[in-house]
Amino acid sequence: MFSYKFQWNQAFARLPQMLDGALITMQIAILSMVLGILLAIVLTVFRRSGSRVLSGIATSWVEIARNTPALFQIYMAHFGVATFGIHFNPFTSLLIGITFNNAGYLAENFRGALKAIPETQTRAGRSLGMTSNQAFGYIMLPQMLRIAFLPMTNQMVWAILMTSLGVTVGMSTDLYGVTQALNALTFRTFELFALAGVVFYVIVKLIQFAARLIAMRLFRY
Amino acid sequence: MFDTALTSSDFLFLARGAGMTLLVTAISVVLGTCLGIACGIFRFQVGPWWAAPMTFLLDIFRSIPLLIQLVLVNAFLGMVLKLKISGFSVACGVLTLYTAAYCAEIVRGAIEAVPGTTRRAARSLGLTWWQDMTSIVLPLATRVALPSWIGLALGVMKDSALVYIVQVTELLKATQILITRLQEPLLLLMICGLFYFVISFPLARLGGYLERRWSND
Repeated sequence: MFSYKFQWNQAFARLPQMLDGALITMQIAILSMVLGILLAIVLTVFRRSGSRVLSGIATSWVEIARNTPALFQIYMAHFGVATFGIHFNPFTSLLIGITFNNAGYLAENFRGALKAIPETQTRAGRSLGMTSNQAFGYIMLPQMLRIAFLPMTNQMVWAILMTSLGVTVGMSTDLYGVTQALNALTFRTFELFALAGVVFYVIVKLIQFAARLIAMRLFRY
Repeated sequence: MFDTALTSSDFLFLARGAGMTLLVTAISVVLGTCLGIACGIFRFQVGPWWAAPMTFLLDIFRSIPLLIQLVLVNAFLGMVLKLKISGFSVACGVLTLYTAAYCAEIVRGAIEAVPGTTRRAARSLGLTWWQDMTSIVLPLATRVALPSWIGLALGVMKDSALVYIVQVTELLKATQILITRLQEPLLLLMICGLFYFVISFPLARLGGYLERRWSND
């Protein structure tokens, strides 16, 4: 039918290298997610603080993260800050870019989640003698994280997919970077990238499966 | 920072990149939405079991990175089938399917949000399936779908930054080319980011406004 001869064994022979890359991809995604959640909580607190400066910072962060391409943010973290003489290695740039993006999107999710918690709960907490911070930390925060669990899962999937952008700033150890390097070596473009696609697909499905297991426990009532 | 080597022809180059970004986005969003609506309605009509193969196929577009999709389709058409297809067509094609994959989910959710009783009432009054779809489901489902659809369209615009991989010089690639020449990354990236922001921000705000305005409570 077509003259192209598929050589899948070429790709399969390099699967171990690609799986090593997949580990790096997971590592970046998980790190960026953990840092992203922490930063998003900080941004949420900033936005609720009532201080103009703090909520201004948080709002600009969220709006920039949500309204520009992730690739632009990674470029900014790599080439943009180089203007100030700061040179990050590709891993750090990629991590900063994705974390920035995650934090922005998650902060917006958290805001939506907080709206779903009745205001009366804060007042009940305060009546019991909790300070404002205690009421937020013990009553609002845990519920907020639980309501925002599903959006967080989606963000985790996006974080995995976003790691492929690292190749644009010279990242060569993550799954996409490894595949790119192997492609330069063997020119089996279709086979290698198809295999990389399958690995990405499996990772994403595993994450969604794990999330479903966690959700079963979180939402059992 | 303000004594820049940026010339007016560089600006024209950037503007052409921006035009390319908008063109790719417009084509993919229009085609992808049509395809997505068709898939979403099909998915709703035949139920989850019979639509499973289609759902699986569309799910692939949401589960592997767009870069890999572009490289794969480009390699398949160019190297395997030996077709001469421009990067522009590949970019539009992949982004169309990518849009359709997300759009189908939005459409399905929106149709499901229309109460079954309302639809049965319409059919009891003698409306045909098509009449029910166009005069009952369409207005009600649009209220649910439009805010998410605006988000999707903006998402596609932002993701269109990746089509550089199939040799399409869109805004971010144009910026990068100029960065290599002028060595003024911050200024150029600011201009580029500002363009995306100026388009995306008002529309995202509009989406948020419609979502609040049209929510059913």
